[in-house]
Amino acid sequence: MLNRKTIVLAAISILVVGLLGTSLSVAASSHMDDLSGELEIFSWWAGNEGPALEALIDLYEEKYPDVDVINATVTGGSGVNAKAVLKTRMLGGNPPDSFQVHAGQELIGTWVTADRMEDLTWLYNEQGWMDVFPDELIDLISTEEGIWSVPITIHRSNIMWYMPDNLEEWGVEVPNSWDEFLEVAPKLEEMGVTPLALGTNWTVNHLWESVALDVLGPDKWSALWEGELAFDSEEGIAVWEKLDEIMEYVNDDYSSLSWQQATDLVVEGDAAFNVMGDWAAGYMSTVLELEPKEEFGWAASPGTDGVFMLLSDSFGLPKGAPHRENTIAFLKLLGSKEGSDTFNPLKGSISPRLDSDLSKYNVYSQSAAEDFSSDRLVGSLAHGAVANEGFMNDFAQVMEIFLNSRDPERAATAAQAIAKQNGIQ
Amino acid sequence: MQFKSDKIVPLLILLPSLVLIGIFVYGFIGQTVYVSLTDWGQGAALAENPEINLIGFKNFGDLFSGFLNSRFRQDLVNAVFYTLFLVSGALGIGLILAILLDRGPKGESVFRTIFLYPMSLSFIVTGTIWRWLLAPRGGINRLPTMIGLPAIGFRWLNSRQSILNFNWQNLPQITAIVVGAVFLYIAYRQWRSRSKKKALLSLVPTGLLLLWALWGARFTPAILPTPEQHGFNLATIGIIITAIWQYSGYTMALYLAGLRGISEDLREAARLDGANQFQYYLNVAIPILKPMTMSAIIILAHISLKMFALIFAMTGPDNAETSHPAVLMYLTTFRANNFAKGAAIAVVLFLMVAVFIVPYLVSAYRERRA
Repeated sequence: MLNRKTIVLAAISILVVGLLGTSLSVAASSHMDDLSGELEIFSWWAGNEGPALEALIDLYEEKYPDVDVINATVTGGSGVNAKAVLKTRMLGGNPPDSFQVHAGQELIGTWVTADRMEDLTWLYNEQGWMDVFPDELIDLISTEEGIWSVPITIHRSNIMWYMPDNLEEWGVEVPNSWDEFLEVAPKLEEMGVTPLALGTNWTVNHLWESVALDVLGPDKWSALWEGELAFDSEEGIAVWEKLDEIMEYVNDDYSSLSWQQATDLVVEGDAAFNVMGDWAAGYMSTVLELEPKEEFGWAASPGTDGVFMLLSDSFGLPKGAPHRENTIAFLKLLGSKEGSDTFNPLKGSISPRLDSDLSKYNVYSQSAAEDFSSDRLVGSLAHGAVANEGFMNDFAQVMEIFLNSRDPERAATAAQAIAKQNGIQ
Repeated sequence: MQFKSDKIVPLLILLPSLVLIGIFVYGFIGQTVYVSLTDWGQGAALAENPEINLIGFKNFGDLFSGFLNSRFRQDLVNAVFYTLFLVSGALGIGLILAILLDRGPKGESVFRTIFLYPMSLSFIVTGTIWRWLLAPRGGINRLPTMIGLPAIGFRWLNSRQSILNFNWQNLPQITAIVVGAVFLYIAYRQWRSRSKKKALLSLVPTGLLLLWALWGARFTPAILPTPEQHGFNLATIGIIITAIWQYSGYTMALYLAGLRGISEDLREAARLDGANQFQYYLNVAIPILKPMTMSAIIILAHISLKMFALIFAMTGPDNAETSHPAVLMYLTTFRANNFAKGAAIAVVLFLMVAVFIVPYLVSAYRERRA
């Protein structure tokens, strides 16, 4: 009996305190420091990206000690599992307070079209973000109706990696275009070196976008996604033809290698070059403990110097988020210089803000940040910026058709068909 | 009163589970079938109230004859081969192991545990281990180098070769010939059991089907605009080996129990009649094991249709060479947001499972009544 009494008492006191708490927080909503309750952040940042998120959460908890942050992580590269869980939660009417989503069509085509996000234009104006983020980036996360998320990271997709010492030994220069690459490739092959290291299927899509950026140039690349240039046009087919030539010079076991294993081929001197996003810099400097610039080198992928193909992780405010005020405080932190410069050096990405404190970043990131502020910015296909999820999924199948048939025209026709099916053309 | 409560009490006890199964199993099967007949997945698929229209069987038509859905068709072919090889491989190896253990070798219980152990692992664990073993530059391919032979170059999981290719456009003819052959067999059985009238009646569909397949088909429109080759992808061999490794211990246990259940008298009788060990197993033991074989086939066949986890762990989602309709369903639904087409694939898978389960249930039910 006594036991039950205490439980009832406890429950009542919790209720009273809770009610008081909510009423207080409503009353004091202008003072953000008094936030309380919970904040659930949904992401796929685990493993070696986990510490960066932890640091950001620590910073948040320091500012708002009464908020209980729930770090809901679903592991799996580029969010393959997290996105599935998120969709079932959203369909079930149980959205997290904020979730990770690639800036661009992955956000717009899936969530904004479905009217699931809140417009954040007011927050951009209030925080003065219109001036600190580059216009091209804001365009990626906007529609005519509003701005839909806050970017936290910037990665670059079009980078070619190599080992300077090895290149010197082989007497090879970094190619400035894919045609130049095709000239040196036979020479490398004669020496028993794989000219280009490639990994599992999505890294072929990743290679495709770098090749396309060289063949088409940034203007036509953008035209492709605005539906002004057909995938089965002459230029469109030319991209596949170039890829077909390049595929002659890759390791033949690529489809069973992870991107890290493909990078390993370059590091170990079995292969000369590798096209991969700049998370490879983090892998080589942190995991393999190589010195940037001294032991491993990089250049924009052939023919794309002066163009920065970007992908960006961002967080938005879903409609019906259970703790809206806490989420807004979190988004403010994400967009702030302090939050951005806490998170990105640990993650190995650069800040989307043009005024970030470069002294906190490593050698590679400093050079990337420099390019980010001066280069022309375009969006990546393989990482959710320029095309919606339907197209991205179908594109993986088009790539399979190409890899099996090695028929550029057939691949281009199929690409055009899926563009039509997914509302791009 | 006694009579009434006799009926009411069991009904009340069963009611909760009937309701739950009705909603969560049959209700959702119905929901999936409904979704597969709609166009859910266009534009704002994830909106709170998405616009959904009924479009009939268009999704199914697309899957089987749409230009862009060649991956689904290859996956279907893969699924057939996965089932075929997993069932026959696990049954064969399980039977051999069971017979070896049946003869009571030293340390029998140790072997039994060793063989049965893989079954207790999840597909994710076995998949990860075997992915390492079958890696192109490591594991099994490196074994011969230990005794000075050159390494094996076979790509267990990522070969792009395929054998036994056929043109998907010929599928209707192939189906007609297979079904015709089945009718022919039925006619033969009826002829043997002296019902000649029935036999002649069964010959009619045989003739019609074969006539259409061999001659009439050229007048009907093709199901695909262009020829499309599908066959047995050699990259699936690695996954088949893994699945057989995991499940032959299970069939071994089934068969061993069956063999142990055969009375010693029967074995003695066979020996007295002059049968050697081989003849005993072939003519006496294996026929007695038929019920075990039946249930093993059912279990293995439906496992082979649920290999999602194994394939996901071994070759990942985008490796179409080794893919399976279940993997494609996941990608179509949750990556491409095309819920209707995902549901259509699910319905096809459901029907494939039903092909195995329903005849089994029917025969089990009949046996129990008899």
